[in-house]
Amino acid sequence: MRRMSMELDVFVGNTTIIDEEVYQLWLDGHSVSDAVRMRLESDALSECEASGEVLHSDTMDQYRTFQMCERLLHCPSKLANQLLFQIPAHRQAMLIERYYEFDHTFAREVLGKKLSKGTKKDLDDISLKTGVALKSCRRQFDNFKRVFKVVEELKGPLVENVQHHFLLSDSLARDYAAVVFFANSRFETGKRKLQYLSFQDFAFCAGQLISYWTVGAVDNMMEDMDVDLEKEFLHDLKDLKVLVNDKDMLDQHKSLVCYQLKGKIKAFSEMEANFKNLSRALINIASKLTNTKDVRDLFIDLVEKFIEPCRSDKWTVGDLTLFLTHYTSTAHTLEMFRFQILWERYMGVIKSCILKMYHD
Amino acid sequence: MPGKLKAKIVAGRHLPVMDRASDLTDAFVEVKFGNTTFKTDVYPKSLNPQWNSEWFKFEVDDEDLQDEPLQITVLDHDTYSANDAIGKVYIDIDPLLSSEAATVISGWFPIYDTIHGIRGEINVLVKVELFNDLNRFRQSSCGVKFFCTTSIPRCYRAVMVHGFVEELVVNEDPEYQWIDRIRTPRASNEARQRLISLMSGELQRKIGLKVLEMGGNAVVGYLQCFDLEGESGLVVRAIGTACTLDKLSNTYTPATAINPCNSSPSKDIKEAGFGEEAPGVPLSSGPPTPLRAQTFSSFSPSKSYSRQSSSSDTELSLTPKTGMGSGGSAGKEAGPLKALLRQQTQTALEQREFPFFTLTSFPPGFLLHVGGVVSARSVKLLDRIHNPDEPETRDAWWEEIRQEIKSHAKALGCHAVVGYSESTSICEEVCILSASGTAAILSSRFMQDSALDTEHRLSRQQASVFTSGAEKGEGDMGSTASLGFEDLMSPGCAFCHIPYDELNMPFPAQLTYCHCCRRYKVPDVLFTTIDLPTEANVTGKGCLIQARLCRTKKKAQGEGNATAISNLLPFLEYELHTQLMNKLKLRSMNALFGLRIQISVGENMLLGLASATGVYLTALPSPGGIQIAGKTPSDITYEQHISNMQKKINDTIAKNKELYEINPPDLVEEVIGSPIPEPRQRSRLFRSHSESSDEVSELDLSHGKKDAFVLEIDDTDAVEDIHSLLTDAPTPPGFYSCNTEIMPGIYNWTSALQMFTSVRVFRLSNVNLTNQGLNKVFNDLCENLLKSLYFKLRSMVPCCLCHVNFTVAVPEDELIQVAVTAVAMSFDKDQTQENGRQSIDKNLMKAITENEDQLQFPLELSAESSSNPLNSAKGLSEVSGPLPSARAPSVDYSSFTDRCSSWIEQLRLKAHTIRCGSIKTMSSLEKASPLPEGRSRSLRSNRSYAGSSVTVVKMTPLSFIPGTKIIKYLGIINMFFIRETTSLREEGGVSGFLHSFIAEVFAMVRAHVAALGGNAVVSYNMKECVFMENPNKNQAQCLINVSGDAVIFVRESELEATPPQPHSASAQTSSSGEGT
Repeated sequence: MRRMSMELDVFVGNTTIIDEEVYQLWLDGHSVSDAVRMRLESDALSECEASGEVLHSDTMDQYRTFQMCERLLHCPSKLANQLLFQIPAHRQAMLIERYYEFDHTFAREVLGKKLSKGTKKDLDDISLKTGVALKSCRRQFDNFKRVFKVVEELKGPLVENVQHHFLLSDSLARDYAAVVFFANSRFETGKRKLQYLSFQDFAFCAGQLISYWTVGAVDNMMEDMDVDLEKEFLHDLKDLKVLVNDKDMLDQHKSLVCYQLKGKIKAFSEMEANFKNLSRALINIASKLTNTKDVRDLFIDLVEKFIEPCRSDKWTVGDLTLFLTHYTSTAHTLEMFRFQILWERYMGVIKSCILKMYHD
Repeated sequence: MPGKLKAKIVAGRHLPVMDRASDLTDAFVEVKFGNTTFKTDVYPKSLNPQWNSEWFKFEVDDEDLQDEPLQITVLDHDTYSANDAIGKVYIDIDPLLSSEAATVISGWFPIYDTIHGIRGEINVLVKVELFNDLNRFRQSSCGVKFFCTTSIPRCYRAVMVHGFVEELVVNEDPEYQWIDRIRTPRASNEARQRLISLMSGELQRKIGLKVLEMGGNAVVGYLQCFDLEGESGLVVRAIGTACTLDKLSNTYTPATAINPCNSSPSKDIKEAGFGEEAPGVPLSSGPPTPLRAQTFSSFSPSKSYSRQSSSSDTELSLTPKTGMGSGGSAGKEAGPLKALLRQQTQTALEQREFPFFTLTSFPPGFLLHVGGVVSARSVKLLDRIHNPDEPETRDAWWEEIRQEIKSHAKALGCHAVVGYSESTSICEEVCILSASGTAAILSSRFMQDSALDTEHRLSRQQASVFTSGAEKGEGDMGSTASLGFEDLMSPGCAFCHIPYDELNMPFPAQLTYCHCCRRYKVPDVLFTTIDLPTEANVTGKGCLIQARLCRTKKKAQGEGNATAISNLLPFLEYELHTQLMNKLKLRSMNALFGLRIQISVGENMLLGLASATGVYLTALPSPGGIQIAGKTPSDITYEQHISNMQKKINDTIAKNKELYEINPPDLVEEVIGSPIPEPRQRSRLFRSHSESSDEVSELDLSHGKKDAFVLEIDDTDAVEDIHSLLTDAPTPPGFYSCNTEIMPGIYNWTSALQMFTSVRVFRLSNVNLTNQGLNKVFNDLCENLLKSLYFKLRSMVPCCLCHVNFTVAVPEDELIQVAVTAVAMSFDKDQTQENGRQSIDKNLMKAITENEDQLQFPLELSAESSSNPLNSAKGLSEVSGPLPSARAPSVDYSSFTDRCSSWIEQLRLKAHTIRCGSIKTMSSLEKASPLPEGRSRSLRSNRSYAGSSVTVVKMTPLSFIPGTKIIKYLGIINMFFIRETTSLREEGGVSGFLHSFIAEVFAMVRAHVAALGGNAVVSYNMKECVFMENPNKNQAQCLINVSGDAVIFVRESELEATPPQPHSASAQTSSSGEGT
């Protein structure tokens, strides 16, 4: 029996050939043989009548190319002025974007966790839980870490920093901003009660927080960064306590809201009965945000103190929208209430977060 | 002090971390030229240092400027220990020495280390100030331009083709100078790289001197190779064709920038137009040839002679003064006159030691007749060289081979060899030297003594300078003049006419009358090493044809080994030839172009690989089918087997005809009738036994007519042959392939271009293989490689792999290495059928009408009387006469080459060269010549591609880039790299190692081109890829040698966007006015 083997097999193009499908397979963490099998099974290549041998050779070449490119992808701006691979600009953008894309199920698991070695050790479990291949988990985790490390110390708007340094699309840069923001503030997202929330839900909330509650939100000239919530603002939130501590004000607020909502929402009676509790919940959350621990618990608090009561009373989203709108706006008409701007800044974010989070 | 070299080190980027503690690097740079070294300051703690150094000035002889590279070394400063080298950049400053090439080298160069590969980049600025010192006895040849391109470069015009230049230099190989000490890989590799760079420079300088001596100013088709002989030395040798080139000036008259060489894409279109015509609808234009013949016959037939009288027109000064009467001589004179002319050419050529030309395509009117392939091989023993350090022995070896080639050509009735190349294969102490080319007859137009001509040229140039306006037609005129020489008769078939006397044929061949003009004889099959002449009439499309062969050989040493190889070679060549023939017929084609036969020798086997592009030349008879004949027709099952096989073959032929669109126009012609009835009748008579060709278009599957090629199955070998014939997988739909520059039948190239290199090494473990087993392995290796290529490039469909260049090697006992470099080019299929068709028709019409306008010189209708014997045509007997063999130590091989040559000689043809059509298209293209601003604009836009800081550099093995116009040649790229690793596994194994090395080589080529200000490399060639591995020691080493021409191109679409020049229109009219 003859035993012969291909010792060496390479293909190098002056313009680097990148097969997007194979790239995805590589990114998804499939081994060469898995990738070959999947390509053989896919319909897309059936017309080429490619044999396993040809596919194996091609897949190997592609995988090697990706491995060589990976080093550059870690610092995407290098890809544009490196000389080793001649890749058209739009292909470069594709390579980078795809490399930094992540599975939301994976990101959901890591969200709010410290991007440390410890978390990295848990990746096996996450891989098992999410069905994302371990290799891919590692890449995604490393991407989070890399982006975090770079933008953590940078000044200026977070999203733009991510975009500028990693040449990502706007939406992907926003997602990374969310990941970085959550990792930095270590928001609690892992509690059982929060499990129903998706990555997109949190990303949206992160976007709101970044846009309105950080230093950069009020003053882009500030030499501070977007990653942290504005301390001063959080401190000032204590002033909102007046809304629940002042009995008159609370009553007045309630009657104004009830007046506005009467006949407009189905859960009116429940709302009327619960108004003080709900208002107290929101104001309490606000007043406690000076504590790092309580900042971390922002989302669990919102769920436990506000969303769950509403849900058990079977509020519709429409009900909730109307309630929050009028709850916010009527406060302005309270004669004794002086913290209009602060209130608006707080409630704007809280309202949109709650609405985003209010689903099953 | 004839020159001052200035260098400035600007900055570095992406440097590697050299100090683990700080994760940074303290880099500085040493700049060395000759024995002078300068240093920059240390730029501390940065991976992106900004040195911004002063100008380092080297005052040097221009001799050194030519030989030496500028050597830039980047180091990491270390206070306590020795500075660590990061890597090096070698910059060949030769391009700066020619006034027409680059003026400055500026850009980012990869910093290369032979152990670590590319480690960051460095930005360098280099300039040269030359002081002209004309009185000096010249050791240097600054200013002689070198081109790898094997045709006249695009923006030049050939004034004179002087002929063959060669040179060879020898040195000790540094790799073998460490024997007593420990080999330090980096030092050894760098010494080798530097030595080869030096030797290349020296070689180029010496060849330049020869060119100057001959009165030329350029070398075209420059091919430099190195032979790693091992302990006997390191040889760098080069061949080329010395020319005098005129730069087509764009400054004054863009419209005159006519490309005298005819293979720009536009010309392809034109050329394709001719091919298209043949299989086309009968009513489109009828048989093309008679039509053209009529057109031409309206001119006086003696036109070529009017050209010779210089009084008639200064532009005609290119032709020799023969003292023949000027115009008006009757057509009958043409024959004898022509013979005389040819004699003249011949003497002109015979004065030369070697009338060889490395060109593969030719200026119009230069190539008259193609005789066939000539080749010679010789086996030598390297350990028997008396003076290994001196070049004499090798010179003698090559001299011997060239003499042989020359005598073969002579025997074929030809006085020149074109498409000439030389190669070696070395295994231990055995070296096979090979040379091959195409015997041809050339016009003397570019070859006579130059003095007078130069004067004329000068005056002409002046004229064109002074008359920039109305004389815009100058270029057109020039090209018309150049094409108008002697062979303006039937375009596209003349070069197929046999050059030799049919009554005294040097070999047995079937002659028929030319299927185009019906006047001259043509052979049944034609093999050549040149590119398909652009004017050739081709039916259908072409395809890559390969013959592959593997033969086992006993391990042996010294003379015994050499003898064994010598004995094997003839069989190898014979079988390769048979395979080629069979495969050609299987595709129903009748000619091969670009034939390249590579024989590679290993310890225990010989590999033979022949590649060529098969086409159906309209002028040649339709090939018969392949008929299988069994030896013993007694057994019924056996007969059935045979008939099954016959059916398979017939089916394949039919399929191939469809695939390659081969529908010879015979039937059409038959119906319409030829305007020249008499010769046609004769041809019919002659062809009486090859009538099957007429039924071909009806897909007659029998093929069993008398002219069928008979394959006798009398042994297992033959069965194998047939199997291998049928196992060649057809190219997948949408793909075509060829190893020449141009693919007949394809035009409308898009700008999508992908040059690539693919390398495979196959290990034959368990070596008790039979020849057949080996053959199968080798065949599968090549076939699978092609399949992989088609798969990889599937996104480019419809596309053609052009200039597919296979090289095989036996790097070790059980390894077979195959490397391919080619370019995939997309074309627009729909356009071909619809718009393309229209535009082609239009082009064609235009070309024809313009031809009429332009052929202001009387045309010679009968270029040559077919009974005119060649003086040099000799009988076979002379060919087979043994050459004097000498030299005791080397095994002589001449008797073999004779045997060999006899088969080669069975294939030949001849050519008339008519380029009227193509030239015209060129000029109509030229009308859309750019305004200077347009050019610079497009250049800029090209450089600032999508905001990236890296210039996109295209690379192609072809001499052109479709849809673009080359506006400047910046100099030759000739680079040699060694890469070695002692951590093979960590670098991804052998594949990972070689993959990154090839990518690095591409990157360095691109960087050098970009630094010269260019945006493409044309005629790119990977001449050497020597790969050695030792997996057990986790080591591997690879040497790569690449070459090409750095150019600036601009897109034709951008050129067209600029308003057409009013001048060119007037030029058109003025020239036509002259014509009448």
